[in-house]
Amino acid sequence: MPKLIKDSQIVEDNWLIIDADFEGDLPEQEVIVPLAYWTENRDALASRSNVGVWLDSHQEPSAIASDVKSLPVIAINFPKFADGRGYSYARLLRERFNYEGEIRAIGDVLQDQLFYMKRCGFNAFAVRADRDIEQALNGLSDFSNSYQAGCDNPIPQFRRR
Amino acid sequence: MYKYDDYDRNLVLERVKQFRGQTDRFFSGDLSEDEFLALRLQNGLYVQRLAPMLRVAIPYGMLSSVQLRTLADLSRTYDKGYVHFTTRQNVQFNWPQIKDVPDMLQALSDVEMHAIQTSGNCIRNTTTDQFAGVINDEVTDPRPYCEIIRQWSTFHPEFAYLPRKFKIAVNACPTEDRAAIKVHDIGLEIVQNEQGETGFRVFVGGGLGRTPLLGSAIREFLPEKDLLTYLEAIIRVYNQHGRRDNKYKARIKILVKALTPEVFAQKVEDEWQHIKDSPAQLTNEEIDRVKGFFDAPNYDTVESTTSFEEQVASNKAFANWVKRNTNEHKVAGYSIVTLTLKKTGIPPGDVSDDKLELIADLADQYSFGEVRIAHDQNIVLADVKQTDLFDVWKKAQAAGFATPNLNMLTDIICCPGGDFCALANAKSIPIAEQIQTRFDNLDYLYDLGEIELNISGCMNACGHHHIGNIGILGVDKKGEEFYQVSLGGCSGLDASIGKILGPSFAREQMADIVEKIINVYIENRTDEELFLDTYRRIGMTPFKERVYAKAH
Repeated sequence: MPKLIKDSQIVEDNWLIIDADFEGDLPEQEVIVPLAYWTENRDALASRSNVGVWLDSHQEPSAIASDVKSLPVIAINFPKFADGRGYSYARLLRERFNYEGEIRAIGDVLQDQLFYMKRCGFNAFAVRADRDIEQALNGLSDFSNSYQAGCDNPIPQFRRR
Repeated sequence: MYKYDDYDRNLVLERVKQFRGQTDRFFSGDLSEDEFLALRLQNGLYVQRLAPMLRVAIPYGMLSSVQLRTLADLSRTYDKGYVHFTTRQNVQFNWPQIKDVPDMLQALSDVEMHAIQTSGNCIRNTTTDQFAGVINDEVTDPRPYCEIIRQWSTFHPEFAYLPRKFKIAVNACPTEDRAAIKVHDIGLEIVQNEQGETGFRVFVGGGLGRTPLLGSAIREFLPEKDLLTYLEAIIRVYNQHGRRDNKYKARIKILVKALTPEVFAQKVEDEWQHIKDSPAQLTNEEIDRVKGFFDAPNYDTVESTTSFEEQVASNKAFANWVKRNTNEHKVAGYSIVTLTLKKTGIPPGDVSDDKLELIADLADQYSFGEVRIAHDQNIVLADVKQTDLFDVWKKAQAAGFATPNLNMLTDIICCPGGDFCALANAKSIPIAEQIQTRFDNLDYLYDLGEIELNISGCMNACGHHHIGNIGILGVDKKGEEFYQVSLGGCSGLDASIGKILGPSFAREQMADIVEKIINVYIENRTDEELFLDTYRRIGMTPFKERVYAKAH
């Protein structure tokens, strides 16, 4: 079973990520489907409580704005770690669409991004499989405080003096 | 000057620790070349043509004498005994070893310095007028706002992986723009509205490089309390919609141009409506708190003496220097002094370790222990008593910092070029030297008046050639170095992008070409016209005809 960092702990990951070009019937287990599949099969999938959606880096969260209440997981893909769109998407999901479920970073996810991702509202990290997830966990605590407002603390430092 | 509190200090120390860990992981093979590249760039560490280069932040150009001495020390211990001041008010070490960089950062942190976000695709060092706080006609001191932006942009979690680098500049002078705000990703002009409230006119989408563009005003008045939320809205729109398929089209200027400034502005307003009243809105208390760091120093009441007037009257060289290298200070009896770093034979912006210490001594003795770095690569002593000017001049002259060519043709802005930079297509330092050698007659230079000449070794335009009255760009043609000339660029309030004169020239021709251009100006100018005025009046053709005329 693959591992996942969730809420600052290493846990077993039960969720299966469905490829972008998947066609056919989904397995019964917990799955995270691509946006296109979700859009096409929305009514059929809505009855299941174990289906999440993943957004690719060019797919803005407004595409699922009306569904966020019911989705248990929203994953955001980082095709390359240097593609920073997902940071804005996560903040929008939390702050604009008030999403309270799991936001998971998938794709090119490495230790050095975790602190920023956490601040932007991610609470789950599928660290790239070739990396040591135990070591990556350290990335969540690189800094003990921050200047700006973020999803982890909406009160900027200047209001906390 | 801003002083770290425990909070700032802790953050910088945690950064040193983080970067030390990243460097260790790189050397142990745990981080790939590519992964380390993005991480080290956000810490100002490039790998250049000949060696790594470390760019250290000088927030809005302010340095203390203690910091200057540390830079001198580091240049001796880890480098070749000199540093380079850049066009973005930063400082670069050209020859450090990657393995030493964590120790250098540790030493820098002891004097409240760092290299955070001095490169990479993130929000860079915010720049401003080198005369901020001491010049008479500014609306208000822009430095507190720069410091507020600095803190907000430091480790901004959402904007560490933007499509491209991102630069913000602030100007507070209605009569002049020494910060070149219209050629920045965001330019902020501090203004007051009819009610006397302070705010910002916001320009967005300026920049040089491959596609030089001037920024467009997208908001005429932004209340000061809304500064950070509005910046956040702009950059969030850019982060989501900026191009990521082509690094040459990834700057915000391309997005603003593609959407039109009006559409871009609307997107920003839409985004901003959601966050403008959030806790991220600034408070009066915070603005006042930060302003407190930039209170005026303890100026003396300077008794007017006749000695200064006598010194000026009896010494023409001193009088020239006072005229050219000092500016009127807002406090009576004080002057703003610019030390020029453009002595022929020394690459523009380079300063050796012993000279850094000498400048630190001058700052301690004559200017409250502080200096500023100007975007034209000179150093400013902002608070010098007029009665001390003669002593400062003597000492600066002995050290080679009194070349009275400020804003003259030989006060060249120049990037490190092919001598150091891995990106450069051509050398730029030898061109600067060739031109400085040709125009070595000061009387002649004064007669020519203010002329900005800028040289870049490649399209990335670190030498800001597009906004030089005369711009020179190194280009590569089949492996050979050539130089393209542009005319009419300007970085001030009436900013303009220079136009290309025509086909490029060989290196050895450059002083001749500049001389021909200057001769056209001399023959056509009216009494009061500067080079730029004449160019704007007579256009490109007379220059083109002269430069490309067949020899008789």
